[in-house]
Amino acid sequence: MSGWFDPNVADAFARLPDYLGQHVMLSVSAILLGLLFGLPLAVAGLRSPRFRVILLGVIGLAQTIPGLALLALFYPLLLGLSLVTSAAFGLQFSALGFLPSLLALTLYSMLPILRNTITGVLGVDAAIKQAAIGVGMTPMQSLLQVELPLALPTIMAGVRTAAVWVIGTATLSTAVGQTSLGNYIFTGLQTQNWIFVLFGCVAAAILALLIDALLASIESSLAGRNRRGLVLAAAATVLVLAVSSLPGLAGSGGEYVIGAKPFAEQYVLAALLQQRLNDAGLAASQRAGLGSTVAFDALAGGDIDLYVDYTGTIWTNVMHRSEFTSREAVLSEIGTWLETNHGVKLFGSLGFENAYALAMRRERAEALGIRTIEDLARQSQGFSIAADVEFFVRPEWRALQQDYGLKFRNERQLQATFMYRAVADGEIDVIAAYSSDGQIAQYDLVLLEDPKRSLPPYDAVILLAPGRAQDRALTDALAPLLDAVTVERMRHANLMTSGGEGESQTSPAEAARWLANAIAAQGDSK
Amino acid sequence: MVSETAMADDQIAISIRGASKSYDEGSRDAIRDISLDIRAGEFIVIVGESGSGKTTLLKTINRLIDPNAGTVRTFGTDVTSVDPTHLRRSIGYVFQEVGLFPHLTVAENIAITPKLLGWDAVAIAARVNELLDLVRLSRESAERYPDTLSGGQRQRVGVARAIAARPRIVLMDEPFGAVDPITREALADDYRTLHGALQLTTVMITHDLLEAILLADRIAVMQDGRIVDEGTPHELLTASKHDYVRDLMAKPRRQADRVAALAAEAAK
Repeated sequence: MSGWFDPNVADAFARLPDYLGQHVMLSVSAILLGLLFGLPLAVAGLRSPRFRVILLGVIGLAQTIPGLALLALFYPLLLGLSLVTSAAFGLQFSALGFLPSLLALTLYSMLPILRNTITGVLGVDAAIKQAAIGVGMTPMQSLLQVELPLALPTIMAGVRTAAVWVIGTATLSTAVGQTSLGNYIFTGLQTQNWIFVLFGCVAAAILALLIDALLASIESSLAGRNRRGLVLAAAATVLVLAVSSLPGLAGSGGEYVIGAKPFAEQYVLAALLQQRLNDAGLAASQRAGLGSTVAFDALAGGDIDLYVDYTGTIWTNVMHRSEFTSREAVLSEIGTWLETNHGVKLFGSLGFENAYALAMRRERAEALGIRTIEDLARQSQGFSIAADVEFFVRPEWRALQQDYGLKFRNERQLQATFMYRAVADGEIDVIAAYSSDGQIAQYDLVLLEDPKRSLPPYDAVILLAPGRAQDRALTDALAPLLDAVTVERMRHANLMTSGGEGESQTSPAEAARWLANAIAAQGDSK
Repeated sequence: MVSETAMADDQIAISIRGASKSYDEGSRDAIRDISLDIRAGEFIVIVGESGSGKTTLLKTINRLIDPNAGTVRTFGTDVTSVDPTHLRRSIGYVFQEVGLFPHLTVAENIAITPKLLGWDAVAIAARVNELLDLVRLSRESAERYPDTLSGGQRQRVGVARAIAARPRIVLMDEPFGAVDPITREALADDYRTLHGALQLTTVMITHDLLEAILLADRIAVMQDGRIVDEGTPHELLTASKHDYVRDLMAKPRRQADRVAALAAEAAK
C-alpha cells in the first residue's frame, strides 16, 4: 500500500465534503430538536413527579433499542404516515433518508438531555430555591431564572453526551438512505475496502471528539461565568459546524441521483451509470447503501432517479410472485407491471444475471459427486449452509426447501464478504452465492444446477423513476449500456474491487472505468 | 370596640393569633397556639433553642409556611387573602445561609425583587447604587459574583436585597450566624441604624442572646413551639416569672462575669 497516495485515500477525501456535510447537518438538527423537545418535557417532568417517572421510563426504553433497529422502525412508520397524509390531504413526503434518521436520532439525543436537566435542577441547593421563593418568585420564575441557570453545567454535560451518541449513531443512517460518514463504513465493508472503513470510523471519531471538546469549553465557560470564553467557544463551534457542512450542501446539487444497494456490484454499477451520465454532460450523484426494498421505494417515490435492480428481486419482493416460466416472460411481465402500478420504467437489461445459486468448493463437490441441487439434497443433512442476512427469509429459500426437500445441519447468516472465504476454508459446506460474483472463480467454487427451476432469474435491469422515461438526454446516455455487460466482465469487475487473484484492490469507480473501457472496445470491434 | 380594634391595628404591623403548625414527622419545629403583636417600627428578636419553632413562626409571616390553624395579619390584612408571591415581594427576607443567587452579580441579586415588581431599568440602577451605599459596600462590587465576596460582604448584599423594594417589614433568619464575631457586631450595628432610618419593622431570629439583648426593642423567648415569655430586654433580665427565661437571660451576664474575673486575675 502506498500510504497517503493510495487511490482509495484520495477517493475517500474526495467524498468527504458531501459525507461530512450531510453527517453534520443531520447530527446538529437532531441535537437541536432533542433540546427543543427535551427541555420542555424535562420542565413538565420537574413539575409532576409522576409524569417524570413515566417520561424517564419511556425514553429509557427507547434508548435500549439498537440504533439500526430504531432507524429501521421509523421507515415503515413514516411510510404508513405518508400514505395516510397523501390519502387525506394529498401531502406526500419521503419516508427515506433524512426524516427517519432525524427522528430516530432526536429520540436518542433526548434521554441524556432530559435526564441531566432533571438531575441538575433537582440538585440545586435547597437554600437557593427557598431564597428564590422568598424574594417573591413564582415557581416558574424560580425554575427559569434560578434553577435552570444553576443546572446549566449539568445540562451541558447531557448535551455533550447526546452529541457524542448522535454523531456515532448517525453513521447507521446510511442504511435508510441518508448520506453520512457511515457511507464509508457500509461501502468499505461491502467492497472489502478497509481504508474506507477506517476512514469513516476515524472521521466520525474526530468529529465527535471535536464537538465534544468545543461543547466542553462552552460548559466550562458557563461554569466559570467567563462570558468572553463563552462567546469564543460558541463562535468556534458555529464555525466548525459551518465549515464542515456548507461545502457538502453546496456541492450536493447533482441533477440525477443514482441509487445503489449495499454490495460491491451495486457500487460498481452505480459508478458506471454516473460515469456514463457525466460523459454525456449530465450532472449526477450517488445515494449508496440503500437497503434492498428501500431502494425500490426510493425510486418509486422519486427520491432517486435510477438504479440497477434484478428481476428476481422485483418478482418476489415487490410483486410477491413465486412461480415463473422463463427469463424473457419474467422480464416483460415485470416491465408492464412496474409501469402500470408504480409508473416506474424498466429501461432495459444490462446483459448479465446475478442470481442466487448454491455453491460448493469444486473438489469437494466432485469428490462427493454433487452436480445438482438434487444431488446435494441427498447428503445435505450433515452439511452447513451460509447465506447473506436476507436469504433465509426470502421465498427462494422456501421454494428450494419444498422442491428439493433440502435440510441442513445448521444455517448461518454471514456478510457476503466473509461467506466465500468461509466456504473456501471448509468452515461452511454450501453457500448461497451470487452468480455474478468474481469470487466464485477466485476460490474455485462450482454453482450447483437447479433442474427444478426453483430459483427465479435475476437479470440486472436499469429502472427509471416515474417521469424519467421521457427524459431523452438520460435515455440516450444510458442506451449504450444495454446488453453490454456480460457476466464474465461483471465477475471480473467485482473481483477487482475485492482485490482477488493477486490483483491490487481497486475502488468501485476504477472497476467501473475498466468495465466502460471493455464495453467501448467491444463496440469498436463490432 | 370595633373602632378601638381598628385604631390598634393601625399601630400593629404584624398580628399573629392562635397560630399552630404541626408536622407529621414529629414535634420538632412545630408551633403551638402562638399569639403575638408586633408594632410598626419595632425591632423584635425571637430567641430559643434549635427546634423550638422560631423559623416556622417567622415563615408564617410571608407564607413560606402556612399554619394549620390561626391567622396572620400584616397591617390589618389577612395574609391568606393576598397572592403569596405578591406578599413576599412586599416583605424583605434575609436568609440564614444568605441565599444569594450564585449565577447573578451583586447588582443583579440586589435588583431581583424590584425587577419582579416591574420597575424600569433606570430606577433599578439608581436603587442599586443607593443600596450599595446604605449597606456600605463599594460601588465596584456591583459587578462581582457572590463567591468572590467575604462572608460579611455577602450578608450586606443579603440585607440590600431584602430592603431593595422598600418593604415596611423585614424578616431575618439568623442573618449573622455565618459571620465571624467582629464582623458580626459591625453588621448588626449597621443594620440597627438602617432599621431606624428606614422606619422598618424587623423580626429577627437568633440564638445569640447577647446579640438579642443589644439589638432588640423586645425579645420573645420560644420553647417547644410556644412563646414562654416576652418583654423588653430589661424586663426579661430582671423580672421574668419563668425559671427557664431567667436562666437563659443570665447566661450572657455569667459569661461577662467570668471574662471580668479572668481579666482581673491577669492584672494581678
